[in-house]
Amino acid sequence: MTYHNPPTTPRRSATFDDYTMSEIRRAAATGIYDIRGSGAKRKLPHFDDLLFLGASISRYPLEGYRERCDTSVTLGARHAKKPIQLKIPITIAGMSFGSLSGPAKEALGRGATIAGTSTTTGDGGMTEEERGHSQTLVYQYLPSRYGMNPRDLRRADAIEIVVGQGAKPGGGGMLLGQKISDRVAEMRTLPKGIDQRSACRHPDWTGPDDLEIKILELREITDWEKPIYVKVGGARPYYDTALAVKAGADVVVLDGMQGGTAATQEVFIEHVGQPTLACIRPAVKALQDLGMHRKVQLIVSGGIRNGADVAKALALGADAVSIGTAALIALGDNDPRWEDEYQKLGTTAGAYDDWHEGKDPAGITTQDPELMKRVDPIAAGRRLANYLKVMTLEAQTIARACGKNHVHNLEPEDLCALTIESAAMAGVPLAGTGWIPGKGSF
Amino acid sequence: MSVTTLAKAPQREVNYSPRVFDLDAAPLRELNLALHQVADAADEPSWEVINPKGSHAVAAGVAQPIAVEVRGSVGYYCGGMNDKASITVHGSAGPGVGENMMSGQITVKGDASQYAGATGRGGLLVIEGNASSRCGISMKGIDIVVRGNVGHMSAFMAQSGNLVVLGDAGDALGDSIYEARLFVRGEVKSLGADCIKKEMRPEHLAKLKELLDRAGISDVKPEEFTRYGSARTLYNFNIDNADAY
Repeated sequence: MTYHNPPTTPRRSATFDDYTMSEIRRAAATGIYDIRGSGAKRKLPHFDDLLFLGASISRYPLEGYRERCDTSVTLGARHAKKPIQLKIPITIAGMSFGSLSGPAKEALGRGATIAGTSTTTGDGGMTEEERGHSQTLVYQYLPSRYGMNPRDLRRADAIEIVVGQGAKPGGGGMLLGQKISDRVAEMRTLPKGIDQRSACRHPDWTGPDDLEIKILELREITDWEKPIYVKVGGARPYYDTALAVKAGADVVVLDGMQGGTAATQEVFIEHVGQPTLACIRPAVKALQDLGMHRKVQLIVSGGIRNGADVAKALALGADAVSIGTAALIALGDNDPRWEDEYQKLGTTAGAYDDWHEGKDPAGITTQDPELMKRVDPIAAGRRLANYLKVMTLEAQTIARACGKNHVHNLEPEDLCALTIESAAMAGVPLAGTGWIPGKGSF
Repeated sequence: MSVTTLAKAPQREVNYSPRVFDLDAAPLRELNLALHQVADAADEPSWEVINPKGSHAVAAGVAQPIAVEVRGSVGYYCGGMNDKASITVHGSAGPGVGENMMSGQITVKGDASQYAGATGRGGLLVIEGNASSRCGISMKGIDIVVRGNVGHMSAFMAQSGNLVVLGDAGDALGDSIYEARLFVRGEVKSLGADCIKKEMRPEHLAKLKELLDRAGISDVKPEEFTRYGSARTLYNFNIDNADAY
């Protein structure tokens, strides 16, 4: 009798998975790290790991269509003569003209204005499209200072000093030459077609003591009218928040590692920074320790997708959230209608992230005049407004179910966590227990 | 044409004596607000700030062609984002003097600390003493003339404009420079990435003479300077240039 050794099933390595091996081959072929847009794509502890408890015998809910649940938010009342009043606690995050097309920026302004919220410039200055179509516009003050000028500073509604962002805390930026059109080049005072580097540190201040003086200067230039935000990446949220408050910020914007970027090294996006969920409670604690919670507002961003995420962020202590990637999707980014063209670029709808290459089939992350025609700023703005309204309605639905007449009245006590990790990060009990990891025994 | 044939100028009340603002007696906020509220420079063309005592953001954000004489030394960001005004600091200036200035002129009679003229887009910044590190960092069109020396990393990522140094420059001059032009009369301790010595052509000598004239400097000649600028090898990323960073 002949004995044949039975073969084992081919087994792929969990360590060297398909993506990892493809990246090794890509690196070996090109000699350069992978650059892409968007935020962290790996699975991270997130808002999905939290649940609201809802009302019961001990809590009574509000009637869905009869009892008001307010969503308004005031930003910047600490020092600014003219604080910002928003109808909804969802803002549009900073995204530059240059990384985005003019019609896309206009659509963001239109959509935000219809919904009663603010939009934000980016690393490239303020365009007429976004100023003209944004009722409330936040002007970013970035290390590169591309396009920075006092006129725009004064016609902004708030100023956001960008120290870092969640996709790359501690990193600068690079807009590759292929996206540098004549107009982009002029706004950035650089020759057309060359790579435009954005520094990671501000050119004229370093550290919190200097930041305090920089904030003073910006207030003096604008006669103390504008709220001053300080945006930080999710690195050391307790200390960064405390130092921003100490430096005089009216608002702290905290961007977790799911927050997107136009172009950064993959290794940076996936391996630097903390998940959004892990950042909120330390930042809120810093505000509480300083007696500044609700006096200095906290805006949280990085992976906000729906009203449940909004409600959870607010319940953990944020005053508002900000969206970037989700807003682009609402405009039409990664829409399956362009699948054929995504395939030609070697990707698929839903996975396209080479935003820096300027070939976006959806016409959003490009400066190609033909591609950008695909964005109808009026229709895209309407879609964004619809999406923002849906998110707001969802957050209100949850808040009412928890018995709250303002979304800001949501609190950690309304939440439980599905995993030990998320319970520890959010500081709420593991579902079915009273246990908050790190705070007492099971 | 005789004077008598000229049309009679309209009568106008102009106060030619400077409006004096004492920072010991009133807060900075009132000074800058008053400067910003000047609607017509002809009405109040001349200002004097006394007792600055190192105050920050003195005369920041001025947007009229007025003259501001600051009697003493100032802290950070004096003349920040200046547009059209002529500001003279009769003392030394802290970090970021003339940061992001758009136009006009700022003159510092003494020394300037770090980041003088950072990201400036236009106008002329004259430092009659020395300037510390990162002078002209990320400059975007401003002209800077330093009678003394400049510190390390000056003109880092300088995009456009001219930096003129009558003395010496510290380490890493013009690191990652774009299209700005650097003119140094003395020694350069070292050049930064992608910054090289360049030929001084007639148009550069002419530009340099113009800058020296505007800065009121007549005791040196343009021919005594060396020009530095970008080698333009790092303008588009190439993995084989990675060692340059």
